[in-house]
Amino acid sequence: MASATTVAAKAEAVPVREPVDWVAHGILLLGVVLFALPIWIVISGSTYDPGTIGRGEVPLIPRANLSAYATILAEGAGTAGAAPVWRMLLNSALMAVLITVGKIAVSVLSAYAVAFFRFPGRMIAFWAIFITLMLPVEVRIIPTFEVMAGLGLINTMTGLTLPLIASATATLLFRQVFLAIPDELVEAARMDGAGPLRFLRDIVVPVSAANIAALSVILFVYGWNQYLWPLLVAADPKLDTVVIGIVKMIGTEANVDWTRVMATTVLALIPPVAVVVLMQRWFVKGLTEGEK
Amino acid sequence: MRRTIFDDRLLPYLLLLPQLVVTAIFFLWPAAQALRASVERQDAFGLRTEFVWFENFTDLFADPLYLQAAWNTVIFSVCVTLIAMGLALLFAVLADREIRGRGVYRTLMIWPYAVAPAVAAVLWIFLFHPQIGLFGRMLNGAGVGWDYKLDGFQAMLVVILASAWKQVSYNFIFFLAGLQSIPRAVLEAAQIDGATPVRRFWTVVFPLLSPTTFFLLTVNIVYACFDTFGVIHALTQGGPGKATETLIYKVYVDGVVNLNLGSSSAQSVVLMAVVMLLTAIQFRYIERKVHY
Repeated sequence: MASATTVAAKAEAVPVREPVDWVAHGILLLGVVLFALPIWIVISGSTYDPGTIGRGEVPLIPRANLSAYATILAEGAGTAGAAPVWRMLLNSALMAVLITVGKIAVSVLSAYAVAFFRFPGRMIAFWAIFITLMLPVEVRIIPTFEVMAGLGLINTMTGLTLPLIASATATLLFRQVFLAIPDELVEAARMDGAGPLRFLRDIVVPVSAANIAALSVILFVYGWNQYLWPLLVAADPKLDTVVIGIVKMIGTEANVDWTRVMATTVLALIPPVAVVVLMQRWFVKGLTEGEK
Repeated sequence: MRRTIFDDRLLPYLLLLPQLVVTAIFFLWPAAQALRASVERQDAFGLRTEFVWFENFTDLFADPLYLQAAWNTVIFSVCVTLIAMGLALLFAVLADREIRGRGVYRTLMIWPYAVAPAVAAVLWIFLFHPQIGLFGRMLNGAGVGWDYKLDGFQAMLVVILASAWKQVSYNFIFFLAGLQSIPRAVLEAAQIDGATPVRRFWTVVFPLLSPTTFFLLTVNIVYACFDTFGVIHALTQGGPGKATETLIYKVYVDGVVNLNLGSSSAQSVVLMAVVMLLTAIQFRYIERKVHY
């Protein structure tokens, strides 16, 4: 959104100083606390025994006791048939990575086709991809489940990831990026005798590296945070993702071991939050320039 | 429009193949099935299927439970959108100022983007659970009679707050990007004219932000309607009674739990129409802004 000219103008401009800085700090701090408080509660709570939490004493000062983490990693909820949390984390990671890589690969290829070739049916293909924007899983739950069952994809990692790798937004984004590649570059590559696939590999993909990185952050979070889809197609506890696992642990709230729930929540939060915070610059750029 | 293109005949189709296959099998086919099933009705044993024209739809709109879910969705979406956008705008305006530590504030505001809706719900359990939640206990201690598992209004309030909490950072990122693309010269001109900060905001900044605001409005409505399934499933499961049952939640319950194919399909078709409308609105706006 921020164009080059406004960034330059901003750098030269005298800062607009406001006199009410303390009010601003106060409100911002309040916001930060609003966001951080629930996380602090689960971090702190995960170091206490379930009895303390169950009695409603919400401890706000953590103890030096990480035994809950060892327990959940090894045995999960501890109930019969429950998956250990290490497996849930592995499932989540696998799902997130496969969706990220798959979506990017599939979108780069189809955006390249649409941007660099003229062929009969090009517009039909473009619209077929575009229309997926309007058909999220949520609005076609039952028939999609039937297709999955027919193909034997229920309770498989393929079933969890493959149907999610079609992406109109990523394709549209890459198409836009590719259209900005100057014609001269394409001409030069042709002079050198580079075919379309070589041009894709040696020029197009490296030139788009920043966009790919930005989109990877967004897609990793998207994949890690999936909920309805795994709920539908993977009833087998072996395939529980960590997000599904936490909600299953709470269940109907009978005899919940809240310490385990809290520790699992912390572990479920660390990977996506770390990715967003560490890759903040790319992530923000990817969001605001790709429009979702 | 690109002038130089490659002229392979077969290659573009091969490049598009993965995307189109996934789209056809997991998006277009199920959507077509939903359309077909929405005008059919199966007998109680699933043996005979009969074409019933629009009976499923007329039944749907005559069903008070469906209308209740539609009304819940409206209330829920409006509240989530207003809260998430209002708070985000406030924080973005403050964090856009030249104040100390704004980089830190930004990081601390952005990370909740990475929290899955279902995990946000779990975090809010630890805030508002009547027995173990920090605030839930305080409210009960103050004699409010707080239990979102029994009181429909309280349940709606908690799912709204948890859903909005998660969405603030997304809106914050966009408002901040929007604010930063406003030329400083414009702000300084207003300052020299002697307008108060509040007046400057409403007469200069807010109108210049309107494209961002409009974009976020559609994104937030889509989020509230379709992406909050996890929040509701983890927190209230649509209850107590049907107090927090939104349209998406009802599709899930009628389709997956009650196995009512005709009604679920008709509901899917209605939701598809809603998504199409929202997407069309959103893309009209993006088409104007983005130059291909």
